[in-house]
Amino acid sequence: MSHVKCLRCRECGTEYPVEPIYVCDFCFGPLEVAYDYDSIARVISHESIAKGPLTMWRYHDLLPVDVEMALDMGTGFTPLIHAKNLGGKLGLNKLYIKNDSVNPTFSFKDRVVATASAKALEFEFDTLACASTGNLAGSVSAHGAKAGMDTMVFFPADLERGKILGAGIYGATLVAVEGNYDQVNRLCSELADNHRWAFVNINMRPFYSEGSKTLAYEVAEQLGWRAPDVCVVPGASGSLFTKIWKGLKELTDLGLIEKNDTRMHMAQAEGCSPIARAYEEGTPHVRPVTPNTIAKSLAIGNPADGFYSIQTIQDSHGSAVIAPEDEIVEGIQLLAETEGIFTETAGGVVISGLRKLALSGAIKPDDVTVAYITGNGLKTQEAIEGVINPVFTSPSYNDFMESMAAHTNGKSQ
Amino acid sequence: MTRRRIKLTFPQDMVKEPLIHLLGKNFEIVSNIRRADVRENMGWVVLELDGEEHEIERGLHWIVESGVRVDPVSGDVVEG
Repeated sequence: MSHVKCLRCRECGTEYPVEPIYVCDFCFGPLEVAYDYDSIARVISHESIAKGPLTMWRYHDLLPVDVEMALDMGTGFTPLIHAKNLGGKLGLNKLYIKNDSVNPTFSFKDRVVATASAKALEFEFDTLACASTGNLAGSVSAHGAKAGMDTMVFFPADLERGKILGAGIYGATLVAVEGNYDQVNRLCSELADNHRWAFVNINMRPFYSEGSKTLAYEVAEQLGWRAPDVCVVPGASGSLFTKIWKGLKELTDLGLIEKNDTRMHMAQAEGCSPIARAYEEGTPHVRPVTPNTIAKSLAIGNPADGFYSIQTIQDSHGSAVIAPEDEIVEGIQLLAETEGIFTETAGGVVISGLRKLALSGAIKPDDVTVAYITGNGLKTQEAIEGVINPVFTSPSYNDFMESMAAHTNGKSQ
Repeated sequence: MTRRRIKLTFPQDMVKEPLIHLLGKNFEIVSNIRRADVRENMGWVVLELDGEEHEIERGLHWIVESGVRVDPVSGDVVEG
């Protein structure tokens, strides 16, 4: 049994029973899962967690699902790597990369879809759905397949076909909506209100977003049960950012870590940075924007958790940084060339933001710093096409030596 | 009848305009404000609209044409 007490409005505090709802009837504020922490405290310990599986479900006491209903696809407990090479370049002695690009569908979305799909099964939905242009579509489709549920994936019709192949292979019904991004948003919100489908990030959102907390629990455990001094997290809806903070606070409140004085830094892409701009302007009100960025997985112009992200920045004495569009690919290259990790554009945003924070002195050399890499580079190969230059040669020894010399000279110029 | 939950975001130059009043006056729409924050440089209002589907569509089209952004209360739901 889970330790969930109720759903609670983040604005007015009104409480609701645990149902597939997401908006407060009174103020239309977002609903969040509230737990019975006394009950959790009675059963959880470092030892109880260590006895669990090497997946995100080792933290099931802190998740809003009946673990018996959960699909175990092997999600979570991804590597936390001491990034000595990258750290050396940035002057950071204790830099760690949380490599979440090695989940079953190659992004952190498997964590949130794991909790949403488990809850959908508990609520006896037979259809799992989402609106997505990439990572989320793949994860929802894979979980739907594993659960034996019908799966619906909605996306704008003008999306490149390659983006959606990774969802279609799992047998999902792909729905290409002839409309712009905002119209797809609106259609899906209406569908979620009027059909008995489990839209993972709409009517299942309170449960969905809780899955992100496991990225805080794992990092704390992998660091030997302590909170990092600094987290650098990519910013889209702001949900991941706020939930990592929530996870760290829960561990502190339960006595599983001594203290949490982590500074939470968000990295957004220049072409879609509504939260970072609000932070720079010193306002908690996030002004929606129309995204225009190569970091498609972060392209959320009207972030649902924008306001709460600003609160998290303030509470944790963190900040938000903007990665210039022309530095995102540099960030991807830097991580690949120093640590051998190939990340997607969102990871390029994180590394670019990390570099900015290190250069500005916002991160000190001995701060225990965790940069979250949330998606795999094979998903956004088109972004790096212009920077990969092979050596062309005929199959002759002399030609090869000449081509190599020309290539090496070209690189050094 | 249709019921729609939306968020309006007003740019600075529209903050002083009585748009929600005009929405009820010019269209067959009943609006009910649930939450709002209006400042001198921007404002947002979360509200519920009641009316016939086509009338709500006409009203929202007029609001968008006026320069106000209209979003579902859930924020963007299309994710990468």
